[in-house]
Amino acid sequence: MTEVRCDIAFTLNGAPVALNIGGHENIVDVLKRLGLSGARESCGQGLCGCCTVIIDGVAESGCLTLAQLVDGRSVQTIEGLDADGALSPVQQAFIDAGALQCGFCAPGFVLMSHQLLAANPDPSEAEIRDYLSGNLCRCATYPEIIKAVRLAASRMRAAQAA
Amino acid sequence: MNEIRSISAKQVGRDVPRLESRQKVTGRAEYTHNITLPGMLYAKLCRSTVAHGRILSIDVSAARDLPGVHAVYTGETIRTLIAEPYFGPAFHDQPILAIGKVHFVGEPIAVVLAADPYVAAEAAQMIVAEYEELPAVFDEVEAMTSAAIVHETLKPAGTFADLKHLSGKSNTNVALDYQLRRGDTDAAFAAAEHVFEHEFHTQQVMHTPLEPMVSIAEPGDNCLTIYTASQSPSFVCTEIARLFGWRENQVRVKVPYLGGGFGAKLYIKLEALVAAAAMLARRPVKLSLTMEEQFYTITKHASTFRIKSAVNKDGRITARRCEIFWNGGAFADIGPRVTQKSGFTSPGPYDIDNVSVDSYALYTNRPPAGALRGFGIPQLVWAYESHTDLLARGIGMDAVEFRRRNLLREGRPQATGTLMHDAAIIEVLDKTAELMNWTAPFERGEGVIRRGRAIAIGFKAVVAPTTSGAIVNLSADGSAALYMSTVDMGQGSDTAMAQIVAETLGLVAERVKVVHPDTDVTPYDMATLGSRSTFHMGNAVKLASLHALEQLGAMAREVGLPEGTNYEIRDIFLKKYGMQAGNIIGVGSYVPPYTSPQKGTGLSDNVTPFWMVGAAGVELSVDTETGHVTIDRLINVADVGRPLNPAIVATQLSGAAMMQLGFTLFENMDLDHGQVTNASLADYKIPGMHDLPTVMDNVIVDNNQQNGPYGAKGVGETATFGVSPAIANAIEDAVGVRLTSLPLTPESVLRGIRALRGEKLEG
Repeated sequence: MTEVRCDIAFTLNGAPVALNIGGHENIVDVLKRLGLSGARESCGQGLCGCCTVIIDGVAESGCLTLAQLVDGRSVQTIEGLDADGALSPVQQAFIDAGALQCGFCAPGFVLMSHQLLAANPDPSEAEIRDYLSGNLCRCATYPEIIKAVRLAASRMRAAQAA
Repeated sequence: MNEIRSISAKQVGRDVPRLESRQKVTGRAEYTHNITLPGMLYAKLCRSTVAHGRILSIDVSAARDLPGVHAVYTGETIRTLIAEPYFGPAFHDQPILAIGKVHFVGEPIAVVLAADPYVAAEAAQMIVAEYEELPAVFDEVEAMTSAAIVHETLKPAGTFADLKHLSGKSNTNVALDYQLRRGDTDAAFAAAEHVFEHEFHTQQVMHTPLEPMVSIAEPGDNCLTIYTASQSPSFVCTEIARLFGWRENQVRVKVPYLGGGFGAKLYIKLEALVAAAAMLARRPVKLSLTMEEQFYTITKHASTFRIKSAVNKDGRITARRCEIFWNGGAFADIGPRVTQKSGFTSPGPYDIDNVSVDSYALYTNRPPAGALRGFGIPQLVWAYESHTDLLARGIGMDAVEFRRRNLLREGRPQATGTLMHDAAIIEVLDKTAELMNWTAPFERGEGVIRRGRAIAIGFKAVVAPTTSGAIVNLSADGSAALYMSTVDMGQGSDTAMAQIVAETLGLVAERVKVVHPDTDVTPYDMATLGSRSTFHMGNAVKLASLHALEQLGAMAREVGLPEGTNYEIRDIFLKKYGMQAGNIIGVGSYVPPYTSPQKGTGLSDNVTPFWMVGAAGVELSVDTETGHVTIDRLINVADVGRPLNPAIVATQLSGAAMMQLGFTLFENMDLDHGQVTNASLADYKIPGMHDLPTVMDNVIVDNNQQNGPYGAKGVGETATFGVSPAIANAIEDAVGVRLTSLPLTPESVLRGIRALRGEKLEG
């Protein structure tokens, strides 16, 4: 392997970071080195959603995103959601609905649910199933996840109305 | 903050959210996957490309010369450290790295270590091995008589009495021949009104935990610390110590949360390799499998089940003969236990006087098979409940009524002779029928859509005898910590066990600390498997809590407080020590009574401490133009004793049923000469959101497991039992097609429909 290294700088959960990386490394590798392990490589093919990160507002598979490509961009991870110490409404709803078992896929589902609710504050069950169909949960906590998204949606709408 | 006792708050039977919920939704829960140690090297494997062959040469020179590679080891290198580097729970048949020959495509033959995992992976690709190919066997029935022999000599581990007679045997692929004989089946068949005989097949599938298997070994001075995603830290400790010829206290095994297990991470998997590599390299070594590699590590047994029943004119089953062949793949893993422990339940939850069972564990040249959420039970229920539906049809009796007439009732002997207790079999059947509205007319569909419905019921004996130990530490402020080696892999054991501590000591479950498995710290536990933890560890935790309570009472008496005092725990400590000091250590260990089955007959008056019962009710629609099946409704009914945490139990039931739905409808490892051709999530589909049935109900029947902790028993596997046969039975109900091999694909349904019409399907 010919080692190609490069310097990158990007915004991570709102704060600037700069580091030297291997040209072959993906964003999950780099996040791990930065001490963030919420985005996880599982299938390695962008098919399970465990490595989900939000890049410039768009959900991406971190395992398929070369770290070089985030240079100059904004990356948001699960660790950014409770940066102020408070859980997001989606995270709280996942707890209240019991929408996790082993928890390995949970960060991906939480991030995708945020994306969904940002685009559609009142999704139907069919819309939830469609939007989250790219995330896999081998414990099959799907009914509880659907419940959690609906719960978060109603709480967020109520907060908006108040 | 001091802990206030809250005796009034009911802690068991309450929907306590998982203790670790917050860590999990914030991405901060600890998994072995996340762990990095200073100076750590990454391991990548080179694997066999042939299913069976003698190793002629392994050329590692190019790999060793790649810049960044720290070391390359083969089986011969491992032997410089460990003379007999073979491991396994039932047989010592698995080499750390192949020695002399390879037994399946994907068997590890060499390992590369590098500080950069990408360098290690590239180097592993540069290793060139040459083989002299040997004849291979892939089918479990052929393996009974094939000329291809997977292992020259059988090497039972010595742990299990019923494997001892196989020691040193050669020229056989049979890794266990289990028998049960009860009554006189020959006479019963000869006298029978009706005799039915069928053969059923299941396919090889994989657990697919989303945290792929991962282990790290950190060498010390004549000692090792192993961080591993394992369901059985105590076994890993014992087995690593045995391999190295060490004392158990030279090996420390630590297990954080698991990102799924389902039986994949049981006994010993990657631990021996990282331990050996770390000792050779004198550096910490981490091996993380890719999703693809998991398909070459452990799988679920493919099986063939031949079942024959005699039925009299009253619709009573008078005899049943079961012959089961388990495709164990290249290494026995725990297959011989699956063969026996599930084998004795293979006649089903029925009251049958004359029974004969032959259950065979077989070596083949496929990737190894072990335990997967049910320990063989789903394969058996698939066959006996498909068969049972065919019996009811054959004599023209309603499927529910036929079962009700034949099911085992309280106090009746199961096939082994063990009397049934606390198994709500009839209640589970009746609840399922009630929820299905069984006696009401059913909408049969119209046009190309045809609808059907069916039920299936299965049971399982928990594996016995096994041991669990627990320690409860009560601090001077009245707070409690639980030390146990049960692994929380998503089933919620931390939470359930904290509830038992809290209930017994009068605390709040959310504030009980659970210390994760660490063999230097937490006591022995057989393993987190087979739905055994709630019962076995639950009893140990309750005993440890009672032991602490007893000491607290003694302390109260010692300081002159009256019997049954409502003094806070901290005040009792304060009175004794004059300050916030001291602690109380409660210990508990539990092993249930058990009677070993007799040789030859398999009979025992106490074969298991408890039975799990699960049924599925299915309503489905079949598109007769495409063969596509839509599950309109799936009802899972279970006897779990008294649920410790009803919400988590319901989630377990639905999760187990969904997993089995995948194994029923589409999951299948495609093999071509032993090579898995769909070893990735791109080609091997697991259930997603869209595979949820339109309606799914999870229902617990009212029952009390008298010897269980607070009436509870195991639940993790129960909802897998009935799913496959209920779907196959409902497909027959809808379109008249009887499928006998899993998975039940649209293609097989369509072929069946066309065959019924006498139409040919091309290809």
